[in-house]
Amino acid sequence: MSPLPEGWEMVVGLEVHTELKTETKLFCGCANAFGAEPNTNICPVCLGLPGSLPVLNERAVEFAMRIGTALHCVIQASSFHRKNYFYPDMPKDYQISQYDVPINGPGFLDLPDGSRVSIERAHLEEDTGKTTHIGGTGRIHGSDESLVDYNRSGVPLVEIVSGPDIRSAEQARAYAAELRAILIATGASDGRMEEGSMRVDANVSVRTGPDAPFGTRCEIKNLNSLRSLQRAVEYEAIRQIELLEDGGTVSQETRHWDEDAGKTQTMRSKEEAYDYRYFPEPDLVPVVPSAEQVEQIRTTLAPMPAERRARLIDQLGGAPTPAQLDQLMAAVEINLDGFITAAIDAGVTPAIALARTANELAGLGDGVANLPVDDYVALLKLEDAGELSATQSKTVLADLVAAGGGDPASIAKAKGFEKLDDSSLDATLDEIIVANPDEWQRYVDGDDKLTGFFTGKVMAATKGQADGKAVNAALRQRRG
Amino acid sequence: MKALDIAAQVASKERSAREVLDETFAAIDARDTEIHAFLSLQHDRAYATAASIDERIARGEPVGPLAGVPLGLKDNLCQRGETTGCASKILEGWRPPYSATAVTKIEDAGVVIVGKTNMDEFAMGSSTENSAYGPTRNPHDTSRVPGGSSGGSAASVAASMVPLALGTDTGGSIRQPAALCGVVGVKPTYGLVSRYGMIAFASSLDQIGPFANDVADAAALLEVLSGHDPMDSTSLDQPPVSLLAQLDAGVAGMKVGLCSELLAGATEEVASAVRLAGATLEAAGAEIIEVSIPELALGLSAYYLIAPAEASSNLARYDGVRYGVRVDADDVTAMNTATRTAGFGDEVKRRIMLGTYALSAGYYDAYYGQAQRVRTLIISAFARAYEKVDVLLGATTPTTAFPIGDKVGDPMAMYQSDICTIPTNLAGHPALSVPFANDASNLPIGIQLLGPALSEQKLFQAARVVEEGATK
Repeated sequence: MSPLPEGWEMVVGLEVHTELKTETKLFCGCANAFGAEPNTNICPVCLGLPGSLPVLNERAVEFAMRIGTALHCVIQASSFHRKNYFYPDMPKDYQISQYDVPINGPGFLDLPDGSRVSIERAHLEEDTGKTTHIGGTGRIHGSDESLVDYNRSGVPLVEIVSGPDIRSAEQARAYAAELRAILIATGASDGRMEEGSMRVDANVSVRTGPDAPFGTRCEIKNLNSLRSLQRAVEYEAIRQIELLEDGGTVSQETRHWDEDAGKTQTMRSKEEAYDYRYFPEPDLVPVVPSAEQVEQIRTTLAPMPAERRARLIDQLGGAPTPAQLDQLMAAVEINLDGFITAAIDAGVTPAIALARTANELAGLGDGVANLPVDDYVALLKLEDAGELSATQSKTVLADLVAAGGGDPASIAKAKGFEKLDDSSLDATLDEIIVANPDEWQRYVDGDDKLTGFFTGKVMAATKGQADGKAVNAALRQRRG
Repeated sequence: MKALDIAAQVASKERSAREVLDETFAAIDARDTEIHAFLSLQHDRAYATAASIDERIARGEPVGPLAGVPLGLKDNLCQRGETTGCASKILEGWRPPYSATAVTKIEDAGVVIVGKTNMDEFAMGSSTENSAYGPTRNPHDTSRVPGGSSGGSAASVAASMVPLALGTDTGGSIRQPAALCGVVGVKPTYGLVSRYGMIAFASSLDQIGPFANDVADAAALLEVLSGHDPMDSTSLDQPPVSLLAQLDAGVAGMKVGLCSELLAGATEEVASAVRLAGATLEAAGAEIIEVSIPELALGLSAYYLIAPAEASSNLARYDGVRYGVRVDADDVTAMNTATRTAGFGDEVKRRIMLGTYALSAGYYDAYYGQAQRVRTLIISAFARAYEKVDVLLGATTPTTAFPIGDKVGDPMAMYQSDICTIPTNLAGHPALSVPFANDASNLPIGIQLLGPALSEQKLFQAARVVEEGATK
């Protein structure tokens, strides 16, 4: 639990924005693509040119409903409002969003630790363009010039608003992690915080106990990773407690998380808050999903992370170790657990399947999506059978992913990876022991830390071709 | 000259589209220095269009139903590559990279657009005096206003410079100038004509519609304009209307409600013209029923909250960042303010402030919310009336054309000009104005026919009868 001073409790609610992976934008036919040349995916509609009108993307509605279904939300008839404020990255100087009737009403999200966080709503809205401030202060007021890229303008977003149910920074992080896994599982979003496709704002307040009334909250922005989220929530709660203990009061405001300084700082006070002048968007008609549509989405939704974790634990055939549980959670979170399941089904030792997937495959980037599961399973079988060492297996895996698949045995052969026979391992070990008599004596005397030293020497001498397990066995055997 | 006659002559090679255009530009040269109906002319584009029509006809290829007919386009309708500025300084010089659906449709029908017509800035006004480029004058008396906001379009047809024009009607901006200029003006059912490419004033009220010298020409143009557009979410899922075929079907058995609220505040001359039009319809077999719809009296105040509220949002985008005029300043907020201060005229600023206030936190429910409830009341009241009658009859505007400068200093008096036209927009219904008589000063009086959603066919039949009986 978080180290809050005695007698204090934090109350946190999160607002998560996620971009939807539609082909086109929310209200026009422009491509929804990250990383294109600035101002190339634009048209009169997403530039808000005079006379242009929005037309709702049905696929975005479907994705929003999938997210709502995964979060156990009430899916309902909804409408759009205009949120009015001036900002140069917003071409119409209003954002089309949902206000009093969101497409997804109340729901909930269960965390792996068994706690439940309520969901107030998950609504559709359009993204803004992206402004880059150049020179001077580097912010909008006081920079030399500002450049606006409208490629992101009109990209569909779903904003998921949690209830004020989170009570620790760890829980806030766990909520965001689980929500990201759910978003990825629905196929509606890729959940990339670093690219800004998932953005988190935290509302933080503190109070003296579970029965005390809610305190004044501050909204924290610029949380670009799960780590920032956890640190910022922790920092902000302690800041508020210290303020209150010193006899001060918390003022309602929007605060900016400074990752380098590890602090939150005032961005906008309540007095400076915008009056958004919400009113019904007259250019759009209400969205009324049919009962068949809602049912169709419910029945075709892919299995969610909690269910997939339970299935994997079941497959492991016993309680997982804490390390295995971490690996399993990580694999499910980024949607790679299908690889583990297939490998275990094919007879691969579960520990190898878990480790290669969570540790290596997870680090190989977007290409893993195109890796045929069968090729991956074939590789792990080679490793499991001792045909390849762990190091060799990792090397082959990187090549497999880069090539989008292939025959792992052929790749291993082309690289000259062969199983080292026992006699050459013995010969190598003899040389290493002779060259390092002091270390060997300490190892023989029972200093197990030197196992790694000798394994490393063997690996270096065999260019990674030795099998770590075989080396360990040989070392133990010689020690007697 | 009637549009349908021109189309027939061009199609039968009696006259070329080029010759028609020569006459049109000659008429504009002769009259528009005085009238100022046009903000800009597009000779080259118009002659290129005319040439292509003449070539198609020479080759025996089919042409559109209005091929070769010149038209004046209101300055708030986007036309690719041509200046489109809503008669505002803030959009001076802006050339849209796309055309409105209505513009594409009329061009496909062979219409030859000759220029952009003057208007009250962003369609806010009833006299065309709010144009940033000076007022348009009424062709019947150049000391008087042509009405507004589509005053340039109405005057261009009334002065026989063009046989057709397009306008937009948010609270009467087609019908009121049509009445004051003595031409036919139609505000179609909301959603019958696509709004895509019409620069928005108040999105839930705006509609594009035709101006013409007679009912048949207006019907021909509306046939071309109407029909579903996937680019406009509020476009009705309806095929284009067919009006000409049944235009002369008459009014036998039609129930016409003479609506007392649509005569409120009308001068005696206007009121008697409306009654006489009723008698004309009765003589043609219609049944005249006196009706009262008290809720219509609430329309003006509801309109002056809803329309400015939507406008305050629609006009936010003119911020100097992307297009139009920019007045440089130290930072972006100051630049926005300087641009809008210099770029917008007084009436536009007045309505932006009014609308911003009506939507503000703490006031929304008392103003915007209340106005929407009144709107619902008016819709229900119309629905009850249309259980008893097929169409309603009333004045288009309480007076004939007033002198230029007469109401500029008194916005409330100006707003009263639209008292008879506004309820239709609030309900999303169709209505039209037909010239019927002249007052003692020989100024035209228009009478207004109103109907429920998609009742255009009946309205045009009744209008045709009224037109036949006109005493002007």
